Amino acid sequence: MTEFGIGAAVKRKEDFRFLTGRGTYTDDINRPGQLYAWIVRSPHASADIRSVDTDAAKNAPGVVAVFTGADLAADGVGGVPCGWQVTDKHGEPMKEPPHPALVADRVRHVGDQIAVVIAESKDQARDAAELVEVDYAELSPATSIADALKDGAPQVWDEAPGNICYDWELGDQAAVEAAFGQAAHVASIDITNNRLIPNAIEPRAAIGDYDPASGDYTLYTTSQNPHVIRLLMGAFVLSIPEHKLRVYAPDVGGGFGSKIYHYAEEAIVTWAAGKLQRPVKWTAERSESFMSDAHGRDHVTHAELALDGDGKFLALRVHTDANMGAYLSTFAPSIPTYLYALLLAGTYTTPQIYCNVRAVFTNTVPVDAYRGAGRPEATYLLERLVDVAARVTGIDRVEIRRRNFIPKDAFPYQTPVVVQYDSGDYQATLDTALRHAEWDGFEFRRQEAAERGKLRGIGISTYLEACGIAPSAVVGSVGARAGLYESANVRVHPTGSVTVFTGSHSHGQGHETTFSQLVADQLGVPLESVEIVHGDTAKVPFGMGTYGSRSLAVGGTALIKAMDKIIAKGKKIAAHLMEASEADIEFKDGAFTVSGTDKSTTLAEVALTAYVPHNYPIEELEPGLEEQAFYDPTNFTFPGGCHVCEVEVDPDTGVVEVVNFTAVDDVGRVINPMIVEGQVHGGVAQGIGQALLESCAYDQESGQLLTGSYMDYTMPRADNVPSFHVSHEMTLCTHNPLGVKGVGEVGAIGSPPAVINAVVHALEPLGVTDIAMPATPQRVWQAIQAAQTQAAAE
Amino acid sequence: MTITVNMTVNGKDVSAEVEPRTLLVQLLRENLGLTGTHVGCDTSQCGACVVHVDGESVKSCTLLAAQCDGGQVTTIEGLADGDTLHPMQEAFREHHGLQCGFCTPGMVMSAIDLVNRNGAPSETEIREWLEGNICRCTGYHNIVKAIDAGAKSMGG
Amino acid sequence: MYEFEYHRPSSVAEAAELVSKADDGALMAGGQTLIPTLKQRLASPSDVVDLGAIAELKGIRVEGDAVVVGAGTPHAAVAGSAEVQGAIPALAALAEAIGDPQVRNKGTLGGSIANNDPAADYPAAVLGLGATVTTNQREIAADDFFTGMFETALTDGEIVTAVRFPKPQRAGYAKFPNPASRYAIVGVLVAETSGGVRVAVTGAGSCVFRASEMEQALAGSFSAEALDGISVPADDLNNDLHASAAYRAHLVSVMAKRAVAAAQ
Repeated sequence: MTEFGIGAAVKRKEDFRFLTGRGTYTDDINRPGQLYAWIVRSPHASADIRSVDTDAAKNAPGVVAVFTGADLAADGVGGVPCGWQVTDKHGEPMKEPPHPALVADRVRHVGDQIAVVIAESKDQARDAAELVEVDYAELSPATSIADALKDGAPQVWDEAPGNICYDWELGDQAAVEAAFGQAAHVASIDITNNRLIPNAIEPRAAIGDYDPASGDYTLYTTSQNPHVIRLLMGAFVLSIPEHKLRVYAPDVGGGFGSKIYHYAEEAIVTWAAGKLQRPVKWTAERSESFMSDAHGRDHVTHAELALDGDGKFLALRVHTDANMGAYLSTFAPSIPTYLYALLLAGTYTTPQIYCNVRAVFTNTVPVDAYRGAGRPEATYLLERLVDVAARVTGIDRVEIRRRNFIPKDAFPYQTPVVVQYDSGDYQATLDTALRHAEWDGFEFRRQEAAERGKLRGIGISTYLEACGIAPSAVVGSVGARAGLYESANVRVHPTGSVTVFTGSHSHGQGHETTFSQLVADQLGVPLESVEIVHGDTAKVPFGMGTYGSRSLAVGGTALIKAMDKIIAKGKKIAAHLMEASEADIEFKDGAFTVSGTDKSTTLAEVALTAYVPHNYPIEELEPGLEEQAFYDPTNFTFPGGCHVCEVEVDPDTGVVEVVNFTAVDDVGRVINPMIVEGQVHGGVAQGIGQALLESCAYDQESGQLLTGSYMDYTMPRADNVPSFHVSHEMTLCTHNPLGVKGVGEVGAIGSPPAVINAVVHALEPLGVTDIAMPATPQRVWQAIQAAQTQAAAE
Repeated sequence: MTITVNMTVNGKDVSAEVEPRTLLVQLLRENLGLTGTHVGCDTSQCGACVVHVDGESVKSCTLLAAQCDGGQVTTIEGLADGDTLHPMQEAFREHHGLQCGFCTPGMVMSAIDLVNRNGAPSETEIREWLEGNICRCTGYHNIVKAIDAGAKSMGG
Repeated sequence: MYEFEYHRPSSVAEAAELVSKADDGALMAGGQTLIPTLKQRLASPSDVVDLGAIAELKGIRVEGDAVVVGAGTPHAAVAGSAEVQGAIPALAALAEAIGDPQVRNKGTLGGSIANNDPAADYPAAVLGLGATVTTNQREIAADDFFTGMFETALTDGEIVTAVRFPKPQRAGYAKFPNPASRYAIVGVLVAETSGGVRVAVTGAGSCVFRASEMEQALAGSFSAEALDGISVPADDLNNDLHASAAYRAHLVSVMAKRAVAAAQ
């Protein structure tokens, strides 16, 4: 390991600009002559639009234009497309209703877009927006999964009877039923995986710009994947050919999934910029973010686990209803199917698994991937269910996990749910986690807490996830309408410095540092001689962006492959320079050496020769030293690990305090341990948020968003979480050259069940056996009351 | 109708014609081009907009520019001395106290106010002080470490 | 925000004149409630009269057996005041529990009690300590000041100038914050005063109120145990996403006991 190479905790290159206020986020950008857009949004969850009167708004001070859905339709603007088509269990495609950028006939959730007011200032646009008169005929909304599935429920879409988008299944149902027939024990659980609002701290923003001289459009936007936006918006919504459309996602203030999707506002400002021939900027207020950013999770699940007399898992049976919201967001259909059911083996050898998923339309904001995306939902049900199984069988909850782990010598391991794991050692992560968490000393701590009037509990989660998405052919065969490769271009400059153009996008992950470390390690150039460029479709090769913990496993591999090409070409040039055979050239630490001699030349000298090809094998080799690679992974990657959470409950108030949190994760090879630990910290805090604090709530009657601001949606704050004990065990990914797996989401995947298992453990002496997320003080207090009432009755 | 406001921002006298409804953060970002101060919410909770006015941390999204007439304002852009970071900025860098960087300016400005009042805050005091600053990336772990270290280097 | 005219008077008299002349004038102290309200476009005053530059409204002084806090004194100044910490530590602790540090640097006592948010902390201090509110027109006893949700005895153009807190024998404050907003779901201030024991509850109902049964119990024995089995009726309490009325009623008892235990 070198000072700046793989494995070094290098300080981040991007920090100077962020720490001095010199980052450039979308809202920091202002274009000459810029106008400001304000979106008129529906105050109703479901209503027919009888009429929209924009006359008064058009005449308001500073207003340049007011557009409605009719204006977009007249210009041939298409709807916002969905990027994944799930086929249901009968072989029929999912119901895929239209998703217009501005709705003209019916609003389907609070916050739905109806019109855009464009004015010289944001205040003027907002002032005028209040003058847009919309005549609504209110309808009864279906605001939850349960409501939407009732007989006679309001229909969100006529083309989706019963509000079902699809009814999908995976696995051998007959084999599962047969296994249940043989079971000595059955553990079952009912779970609501609470709906979350991602809440990246930078609200979404978009600026459309049009150059009448060239006919070129530019969209500045808060995106995790600018090329995906260019493809979807250019090809499907605005019909702008890709060579005339640049999408630039500059510094982006967090994404967590919510900035993957193509949103209507992006299309509206881009289209309006062309229409008005002036730049148009839109920046969300946080209140708008709450009602327009795609939400996450929102599953209702019944799951059962069959076990034999020794506590071995025989079969798993899962039924899940998943909320899609009112429209299908970009990747929404894939989340409760291919990113969920494929994870139901977890770390266990369960031989038979059947999963049935119904996706349900409701009059709520669309639901899509949020940090973890399907995998936290799968992990939560499995790890809660295993704790229930431990109780049902009387087997210790650590022991029952050990008994069912996939052994480390069983890899590659084919699960019954499609995926084949390449590597892992679940006993090792469990052992380390138990040691770090001082599991064996818990009873002492529990007694000590009891003396202070507190109920102490400890919980465990031995999770697995699949990320590094994904092999294009595999996802294509199950409905993805895109490939999931990644790109990298490596430009070695004549003086030996290097610019990397990556299709991955960093919005907090520190790619400028980690990718620079890969270059420093592979090409032997100093870190400060490397520049990582991302986010601009005018600069970087077509790339699929950053989500699903894919940047290093997929984008990093593309970078490695491009550098391999640089080295291969460099060897040819070096061989020519040193009059040696190419086969005898070795490359190490930035130097090309003739094997067995002291003859050597540097990468910089080779680069200079490539650009000033006076003495150069010009007949065999092109000048220049720049290479590109696209990498399509051959499999998912499979990080796993063990999280242990210890809590104290105040029985008087129901307040849960997380007093210790231990994470031992196997994320494959670690490039920058400082950044890796930071990713785990953030994910764990979001997982604790889901378990104890966060929940999106709608009023069942009206469909109004009850948690529409930080006044009611509980964001984790510094005093809600402890310092974490984070470490890793390493098994290498076998199918990418770095051996990396991915770390972006493990924290949010592994932690929620560890927290809830701890809370239930703390409350067990009172007779509580389950508690729903989030375990808020009120909910814990109510659970204690209910258990005490029941105990008194018995 | 506009009014004139005068104040000192990062040591420089500035004067601006603004509508009375202009917030301090709007003046900083839109009139003065100081875009290091961010807006992350509209209910005065996230703290991305924290700056110092007359030496105290305040939420610049919850203050009219007019209220600061005659005041001394320091923003994130006013902390470093050229390429030399303020000790608190340096501590955030050293301890990976930032990821996406959006909450960071407010975190740093808030942290400096804490240390100005309490030169050796405990972990609990740091966490309680950060009630008005929300971070979605870091889980606060490294922010707390950074502020602890920043407090030590500011003191020494 | 809607447009408004802005005024920044330097005296209370000038402020009173400005607000009375305005079509629909709003007084602004620290602005920590008013500005978010304006930003959400939930209010549209024609004029905003900023009290922030009025020197006579600021400051803390001990007068005999009382602490007098100027209405324009920010929460942080109250929390950090040696005079307040020495005379009425519960008041300093309560001020320290309001909002977050940045809100405490700007928000003021006068602004808080004039607004009378049902989930604000200061009303519990004013009512629980039996304080007297001084305005530019008169003095108002705490028991007469808070009249309902966001309502007070203040008349149009009447400006709170100071609050006189008599020193109690002992007092304590315990707060159960809303996990999201950090306002009080329940805040209880208990005080043993020369006029008897007072228990003021904020957050739980539509307006701060006194818990008379608890006061009687504590008058007999100023101890947490004295409150065993005593609760406020849930019927009139708030019921929202974060806390049902029953839970709030329970928390009032828990917080009252903790306030007694913390009293000094």
